[in-house]
Amino acid sequence: MDRNQSHRNRKRMLKALHFAALFMTMSIICIPGLWIVLNSFRPTVEIMAKPPVWTPSFTLEHYRAMFGGAGEGGVPVFSYFRNSIIVSVVSTLIAILIGMSGGYAFARYRFKGKAGYFVGLMLFRAVPGVALSLPLFIVFARVGIIDTHLGLILAYVAMNVPFTIWLTDGFFRQIPKELHEAAEIDGCNRWQAFWRVEFPVARSGVASAAIFAFLTSWNEFALASQLTRSVGSKTMPVGLLDFTAEFTINWGGMCALAVLMIVPALILTFLVQKHLIAGLTFGGVKG
Amino acid sequence: MSRRRLPEWFVLLLPAFIVIAAVVLIPLIFSLYSSFTPYKLTRPSTLWKWVGTYNYEKILTDAKFWAAFGRTVLFLTIVLNLELLLGLGIALMVNKVTWGQRSLRTVLMFPMMFSPILVGFQFKFIFNDNIGLVNNVLQSMGFNAALPWLVDGKLAMFSIMFAEIWMSTSVFAILILAGLFAMPRDPLEAAKVDGCTAWQTFRHITLPFLMPFIYIAMTIRSLDVARAYDIVQIMTGGGPARRTELLWTLMSRTGYVDARMGLANAMGYVSILLSILFTVYFFKKLSAARAEIGMAG
Repeated sequence: MDRNQSHRNRKRMLKALHFAALFMTMSIICIPGLWIVLNSFRPTVEIMAKPPVWTPSFTLEHYRAMFGGAGEGGVPVFSYFRNSIIVSVVSTLIAILIGMSGGYAFARYRFKGKAGYFVGLMLFRAVPGVALSLPLFIVFARVGIIDTHLGLILAYVAMNVPFTIWLTDGFFRQIPKELHEAAEIDGCNRWQAFWRVEFPVARSGVASAAIFAFLTSWNEFALASQLTRSVGSKTMPVGLLDFTAEFTINWGGMCALAVLMIVPALILTFLVQKHLIAGLTFGGVKG
Repeated sequence: MSRRRLPEWFVLLLPAFIVIAAVVLIPLIFSLYSSFTPYKLTRPSTLWKWVGTYNYEKILTDAKFWAAFGRTVLFLTIVLNLELLLGLGIALMVNKVTWGQRSLRTVLMFPMMFSPILVGFQFKFIFNDNIGLVNNVLQSMGFNAALPWLVDGKLAMFSIMFAEIWMSTSVFAILILAGLFAMPRDPLEAAKVDGCTAWQTFRHITLPFLMPFIYIAMTIRSLDVARAYDIVQIMTGGGPARRTELLWTLMSRTGYVDARMGLANAMGYVSILLSILFTVYFFKKLSAARAEIGMAG
């Protein structure tokens, strides 16, 4: 009886410990992000208040300033948003097309030095953005595509292609070869067999690769900060810097722009989160 | 030469090769060349002066460079290990939850969507010594000191590591969690019947099965370890007094602020080698782990 009791107590304690640890982890994950969102709705006086004010008041001041364009510094948020969308969407589409054909080649054909090509491609992804930005800046300046959408799109396509190849390769490998062989026997050529049979099956994998490519372009800073100069091509991560002056930072405004940056990524990720996990694991384990 | 002669796989891979050659390979070759010149942005003619390995000799004998290099390696070692351990812990905890697991997983993905530069700003705000959340909480709890989180060398390093770990632990957690979901039940039950302790089961059954997933996470992470640049650049800019200077911030300062491109590109090559080393190492581990559980394609 006594042993039963102590065993039960121990179990209950473990459960409480588990819950407490989980709760703390989740708080640490959530609070920084929520803090940003909360502060985007607080007046600057309150953010800067000393001693701190713990009962938040609500204001749209920062959003009004941001969208009105007339606020402190007048950050042209619409242009940044537009640039970000154009660059991310176009570069994602191109990277997916190129990466998909590459991934298909790796998954379906046998050729000499395949493993070598594969790792070689991935190594290009590992080149740090800062290290690449120095020479890329000079080369793009010579070609004359610095401070244009085109330059940034090119850079992001090159950045995203290797990872897209890795993910799509894993997905195409999972599709049995018999599928497209059957389609070819039925009179499709390889091209038709791909689009009508294999692509629909691998669609979720392609979608997850697309999300990763999009998020990478949407969030990239090291390259963008060097390859863009003016309102015409700056993306939002670079735009965040507009809120910093020499010694002061407009925290409220920055938080508002941060919220604007995070919302599209958030929506997109929630829509496809199941595919996202599947994409990473299948692409990797079975690839 | 007609296109038909080329094998199909080559045609399929050609666009990828072309894009990467144009945007990555050519600039890298150019920077390799310029790392052998005293190239300064302000004096373009210096590009044509060949100085051999002068830049490399200079950085290899530079104490500041070695300090940054050592700090970078230390930073990566600590951060990657902690991320792995915390990720494993979180995955095991979430796996045990019976109710609301889906929402927990969604929350886990939260930091993955944040831009590294945003993470940098966020923690710069939170660790701000005057108006930051951390100090405000500490003061409200009765501590009277305003801890100089980003001003003191050691605390700044801690803050940066915290930000980096916050951002990247979820990659590990989510992938390891996916591994736990994919785990077959039978060996676990057999172990229970045979009287294994919880630790033995974990050590000899769960962990070996999770290894490939851990290596995938490591490989994915090793591809962009340099993302830490964004965070450091924003939070401290390598300061105070170079106490948080990593290879990447030193490089960008040398290149853009001092305009000494040749020297910066030489450093760039050291950092590229470092990244490649990490990636190749984990790729090898990954294929070994795959072979072990018979998933090799």
